Amino acid sequence: MDLFDILLNASFWAAAVRIASPLIFATLGELICERAGVLNLGIEGIMVAGAFAGWMTVYLGFGLWTGVLIAMLVGMAFGFLHAVLTVPFGLSQHVVGLGVTLLATATAYFAYRLSLPEVTSPPKIEPFQPFEIPLLAKLPLIGPAFFAQTALTYLAFALVLAVWLLLYRTPLGLALRAAGENPAAVEAQGLSVTAIRMGAVIAGSGLMAVGGAFLTMSAFSSFFFEMVNGRGWICIALVVFGAWRPGKAALGALLFAAFDALQVRLQQTPMGAIVPYQLFLMVPYVLSILALVFMSRRAEVPAALMVPFNKGER
Amino acid sequence: MSDRDTGGAEVVLRLSGITKRFGALLANDAIGFDLRRGEVIALLGENGAGKTTLMNILFGHYTADAGTVEVFGQPLPPGHPRAALASGVGMVHQHFTLADNLSVLDNILLGTRSLFSPSLGNAAARARVSRLAQDFGLAVHPDARVGSLSVGERQRVEILKALYRDARILILDEPTAVLTPQETTALFATLKKAVALGLSIIFISHKLGEVMEISSRVLVLRHGKLVGEVETARTDRHRLAEMMVGAEIAAPKVAERVPGPALLTLKGVETARRGNAPRLKGVDLELRAGQIIGLAGVSGNGQSALAALIGGLESPTQGRMDLAEDDGVDWSPRSALAAGIARIPEDRHRTGTVADFSLTENAILESYARAPMSRRGWMDWRAAEGFARRIIETYDVRCPGPSARIRLLSGGNMQKLILGRVLEAAPRIILANQPVRGLDIGAVTFVHNRLIAARDAGAAVLLISEDLDEVTALSDVIHVIYEGRLSPGFPRGTKTPAELGLWMAGQGFGEAGHAA
Repeated sequence: MDLFDILLNASFWAAAVRIASPLIFATLGELICERAGVLNLGIEGIMVAGAFAGWMTVYLGFGLWTGVLIAMLVGMAFGFLHAVLTVPFGLSQHVVGLGVTLLATATAYFAYRLSLPEVTSPPKIEPFQPFEIPLLAKLPLIGPAFFAQTALTYLAFALVLAVWLLLYRTPLGLALRAAGENPAAVEAQGLSVTAIRMGAVIAGSGLMAVGGAFLTMSAFSSFFFEMVNGRGWICIALVVFGAWRPGKAALGALLFAAFDALQVRLQQTPMGAIVPYQLFLMVPYVLSILALVFMSRRAEVPAALMVPFNKGER
Repeated sequence: MSDRDTGGAEVVLRLSGITKRFGALLANDAIGFDLRRGEVIALLGENGAGKTTLMNILFGHYTADAGTVEVFGQPLPPGHPRAALASGVGMVHQHFTLADNLSVLDNILLGTRSLFSPSLGNAAARARVSRLAQDFGLAVHPDARVGSLSVGERQRVEILKALYRDARILILDEPTAVLTPQETTALFATLKKAVALGLSIIFISHKLGEVMEISSRVLVLRHGKLVGEVETARTDRHRLAEMMVGAEIAAPKVAERVPGPALLTLKGVETARRGNAPRLKGVDLELRAGQIIGLAGVSGNGQSALAALIGGLESPTQGRMDLAEDDGVDWSPRSALAAGIARIPEDRHRTGTVADFSLTENAILESYARAPMSRRGWMDWRAAEGFARRIIETYDVRCPGPSARIRLLSGGNMQKLILGRVLEAAPRIILANQPVRGLDIGAVTFVHNRLIAARDAGAAVLLISEDLDEVTALSDVIHVIYEGRLSPGFPRGTKTPAELGLWMAGQGFGEAGHAA
């Protein structure tokens, strides 16, 4: 059976892990924002801006890690805009988020056209190279899948643990979660809701941008329009799927990525010759919706998600 | 005056000249007083008198327009809860400031450590919390999710939060409004322990009995002004009530009246189980015209199931429900309304009103679909607003106008609007579920007199209340509810409060259950 051949092939799992990596960055970023009580719909645009900024930095001759840093700073700048409008000004998080997505996407495309007016096919950069982790990479099946990836993929998975530790093991994480549950509780304990929420949105947006940068710097090696292609929206669903928990959200990202890797391979089987390829493209989305239906029924939404907090208002 | 009795005890808190405006409303007008070590001050006043505003200024939620706060001789910088906490002021808010999805311990620890310290230090904190809990009699499990706690337990968490931060001055804003009598007793025991340990307490309330019991000094606020200051030992409930309202209060008078025919009869009614709430078991009840039927009982014994049933939100699984002239109706909110059953819901915020709707819209929530509020599918807003204006006038709803959002009203005024909405429809049966919970004396008297008037006009009133005094004062017939079962009806004056208390604790139901 073809399906078993695919599932027992290390390249399939390696692809799943690779596809999951940008989703993990951006999902963690969104999760941080939402845990603090702010829905960040700027995610899609911030990923585009991050993808462009990281790639451009490297194209201009700087190092790969400098590119990651610049992408993150650009993401944080858009995050700052989002945070100012939604936190102290208390504007609608939906409208601001969509606005930031449009602005960030358009800015990235504009900057691209401005800097490379003559180019028809976008230039490639030298991306992050995979490196094998000694011993572990020699494990059958999971070795090549998990331990022969690029540095950014390792970073993505390390961040899952880091964000979990931050949220559940530090005073900052506690304050952040409380800001998303009941900001009045945070205020009554002498902390600034505004500072915590703004910090969360800015930091989260930085992670989203790194997720975007992964696409240009570790996957496709160049920047082109529509490359983020709805991944940001998928990440919003993944946060819900993961019930606002980093570990579960990362698992969700892996699951989605596995479906994505699977559909590409299914297209190449004899079945793919008969069934229109568009149906295969639908597979990860359909399965994600089904998983979402079953997984998130009992999820505990942060109680103050999308509820602005105004100090001193009666 | 007060200097003589509290002697040389050190002044721990001094407010002077506190003034605060919200738009045109002068919420606090040059208020000043001292609080001494080991003293309990009661801050007494009607809803909207400015008590909570004053305390929010003290704690730094609001910034005063004028005036200063001194704690232990040091001026307190305005507008910073952190500064208030650091100087030893702890506040137990009326609407708890707890995060439901976090554990008790997390709620207590929030903000107690530097945000950038690497760990929460849970082990040491847990030990400290359980020691405080033991010292002050505040039993609560540190790992429980706050959302799963009872109201009384949540309040204990709020107090623990303050104690954990070494509060020396404890502000409690209407702490008993949400408590059962037993929980109130436990709270007072805790407060007495705290005072014995040298803490000072500001106790905000409008319940005179509690103020008399717990405080050593009473400050009375009215319309934002400090209108009186007396030692508790030298005053009584009656005088305090007069100071608070600014006029004499008359107790409601219920004249004898011969009851009319039964308007709604329940025979052997049972309802389906809903979660952990008790269901009704074999309930017999007769609501007669011109009678107030009181339902006494400790909260959570099936009151909500009965209210839901009579309000039409639930249908019986067994037994009969007969209206005066219409037997065995299909029970739904619409048919309950059609049968002339009007509802004063238990929770006016959650089910009684729509917070962001105007007074007009809230006034017609139950009548919008009928003439004169709407004709042929179109709203007649002029009629609706006229109706709202009539309620505002007749029921003395203090508000900016019919187009104001109801969110801005105090609880008492909100309740008056609901009362108007209910009574203006001239209902035959009135389901009054906790109609005066959280209201001040003036509003309580008003609501009670209106209910009595409706009864005198021939309506049947079912009064559900956890306040036994209220039930005995108003009811012609009293039933006790216990674990979903109803006691026989006791006519006015046939049972003492102590006897009713035994029924409330479940005595007498054993035999009744077997007999049925």
